[in-house]
Amino acid sequence: MSELFYNAVPNATRVAPPRPAPRQYPNRKPKRVYLFGTCVVDLFFPEAGMDAIHLLEREGIEVIYPQAQSCCGQPAYTSGYTDQARDVARAQLALFAGDDPVVVPSGSCAGMFREHYLDLFKDDPQLLEQVRHLAERTYELTEFLLHVCKTRLSDQGRPTKIALHTSCSARREMNTHLHARELLSQLGNVERVDHDHESECCGFGGTFSVRMPDISGAMVADKTRALKESGADQILTADCGCLMNINGSLEKQREAIRGQHLASFLWQRTGGQR
Amino acid sequence: MNMQTRIPAVELHEPDFRARAHDALGDPQLRGNFRRAMDSLMTKRAAAFSNPDEREDLRSLGNAIRARALSKLPDLLEQLERNLIRNGVKVHWAETVEEANDIVMSIVNAHEARQVIKGKSMVSEEMEMNDFLGERGIECLEADMGEYIVQMDHEKPSHIIMPAIHKNAGQVGKLFHEKLGVDYTTDVDQLIQIGRRVLRQKFFEADIGVSGVNFAVAETGTLLLVENEGNGRMVTSVPPVHIAVTGIEKVVENLRDTVPLLSLLTRSALGIPITTYVNMISGPRKAHELDGPQEVHLVLLDNGRSQAFADSELRQTLNCIRCGACMNHCPVYTRVGGHAYGEVYPGPIGKIITPHMAGLTKVPDHPSASSLCGACGEVCPVKIPIPALLRRLREENVKAPDAPNRVMRDQGRKYSRKERFIWNAWSTLNTSPALYRVFGFFATRLRSLVPGNVGPWTQNHSAPKPAARSLHEMAREHLSGNSGDKQ
Repeated sequence: MSELFYNAVPNATRVAPPRPAPRQYPNRKPKRVYLFGTCVVDLFFPEAGMDAIHLLEREGIEVIYPQAQSCCGQPAYTSGYTDQARDVARAQLALFAGDDPVVVPSGSCAGMFREHYLDLFKDDPQLLEQVRHLAERTYELTEFLLHVCKTRLSDQGRPTKIALHTSCSARREMNTHLHARELLSQLGNVERVDHDHESECCGFGGTFSVRMPDISGAMVADKTRALKESGADQILTADCGCLMNINGSLEKQREAIRGQHLASFLWQRTGGQR
Repeated sequence: MNMQTRIPAVELHEPDFRARAHDALGDPQLRGNFRRAMDSLMTKRAAAFSNPDEREDLRSLGNAIRARALSKLPDLLEQLERNLIRNGVKVHWAETVEEANDIVMSIVNAHEARQVIKGKSMVSEEMEMNDFLGERGIECLEADMGEYIVQMDHEKPSHIIMPAIHKNAGQVGKLFHEKLGVDYTTDVDQLIQIGRRVLRQKFFEADIGVSGVNFAVAETGTLLLVENEGNGRMVTSVPPVHIAVTGIEKVVENLRDTVPLLSLLTRSALGIPITTYVNMISGPRKAHELDGPQEVHLVLLDNGRSQAFADSELRQTLNCIRCGACMNHCPVYTRVGGHAYGEVYPGPIGKIITPHMAGLTKVPDHPSASSLCGACGEVCPVKIPIPALLRRLREENVKAPDAPNRVMRDQGRKYSRKERFIWNAWSTLNTSPALYRVFGFFATRLRSLVPGNVGPWTQNHSAPKPAARSLHEMAREHLSGNSGDKQ
């Protein structure tokens, strides 16, 4: 089965989004949540973590931030160092052992809790129960605001155009792109513009960005070009790995524009003070 | 002196994916060809699966059919062999490509064949059958238009469905002008007609026709072959001898199973509801029949598939029905093209199957050449969890070479004590809250000391600069009393 070549169309676009996962959301807002800040937010984008805390507190929710938390284990896991990842995962597991929901301001780390811990502990029946319990209670921030808090945002900012980049794992594991879009649509003065090959990876991929810098660099060059050409005033994402990749590339290119974490944008647009 | 002046032999499988990828990324013509072609294929696939519920149901069914077939693979292969023999087909088993080529050669010799014409077959690419026969004075001509083009230019296919997708019409026109002496044209229809005229004659001259197989049906002993150009029907019916070559995983239980698989295959591959030709081959010409080959052979090739089969997770690799959708949707493949992989199967499926066929030794970088974005797994018609399998192969790749419970015959190709030490240190840091706190303190307070060049990261980015204070600190201040820590 073969074709010679195709009458290709330029700018052909995107993969259809997957169906929303049939996740059951609790009917009531919880009194308390855990925040898992993630290591990248902790050291590089702490203001995004703080804005996530502010957004949750405004919903009348008490936020618990276990000080012993570190990383979800994803870098080692995706690099094939499974034992090292499991040790780090076990440490996090112990910190979020209660019944309160766990909110994560980064889609791929939330996906790690929800999807990949089940794989990491598949041969450990004792911990597996705890892992399942954590997976059920883990929410990516935009998902939690939208579906559990049923938040209503009131836009207080000037008209602006934004481009939204969603991390791949978040898109495919957590449906973050759908949640973020829906939250943004509540903001009356915010227009979301599409960018070319929107569903395509920004090229980060954790250690991929340093193992295969040529390929990763070509991907982030295309992604930043698409974002710049979208006509957006601001670039948003709810995933800090992508944010570090996109912003680092923009800075290297000496571009003025930078990506911002969605939590900070939502907080600032709705009158939040820092 | 002689030793020093000797020119080293050129390795066919040069294990340097990075260098080839680097070259490909710097070739705007190549990148443009692939980007446009992949965009077009993605659009066509999306249009062919306009109903997402139907698509997901069908993918689940496809996955279940393949999983069922693999769960009884040895039995189905025996059943297939019995029914093929009953239908008059001669069945051969080959563990390696060398054995498979020897079988083909013995058939060639038995018929004193001089010319072989071949329809599209990726297994014959695994065998490098053209070269094998060519070296023995047998002409082996590709009859699939894309394969014909790459063979003419002494290349390998760059895509499993569209072998010449790396070339645009202008490049093909130039090639035909140079090699066939025809007028230069960029008209695709004209180019196809030129190729067809040459091939038409060859079909009648050939002593043996070789084809691949899309599905081998155990219950009926039927070989199912789909194609769009008619070359598959020609090679399987015009020459007096037909040799089909296929991998042992291509067996399905019954004809009913092939219906959803065919729909998944053609829609995922090219966005078409069905191929122009669907060939169902069930044996040589019978006494009352007017055409068809007098002899039909099937060569069933293992070539490392058993290694994948033996592990319940890696076994899913063998679900593959070779549609190519994973490469069409892969941001890495789209940028580096098929040749950068340096192996028969490029793209995501190549990255998970080649380590079993050629071995990790030949493709040590393949498992790492992915951002694990998941586009491949999302579109795979038989739901192979390609990103999970890539991750698993990374694990096998960094295992100690002498670690027990060997799954891959050459595990640990990327084993490095230094890297293992770094990950152990990383694990210690992230499991010790006190250490992590100290690390966070110094990373933020000494942030201005981050060097401007931090290895490969700064090839594409500015140097990473930690924030002035960590979230741990800011949250501790803001939430004093809510830290959740018992101490």
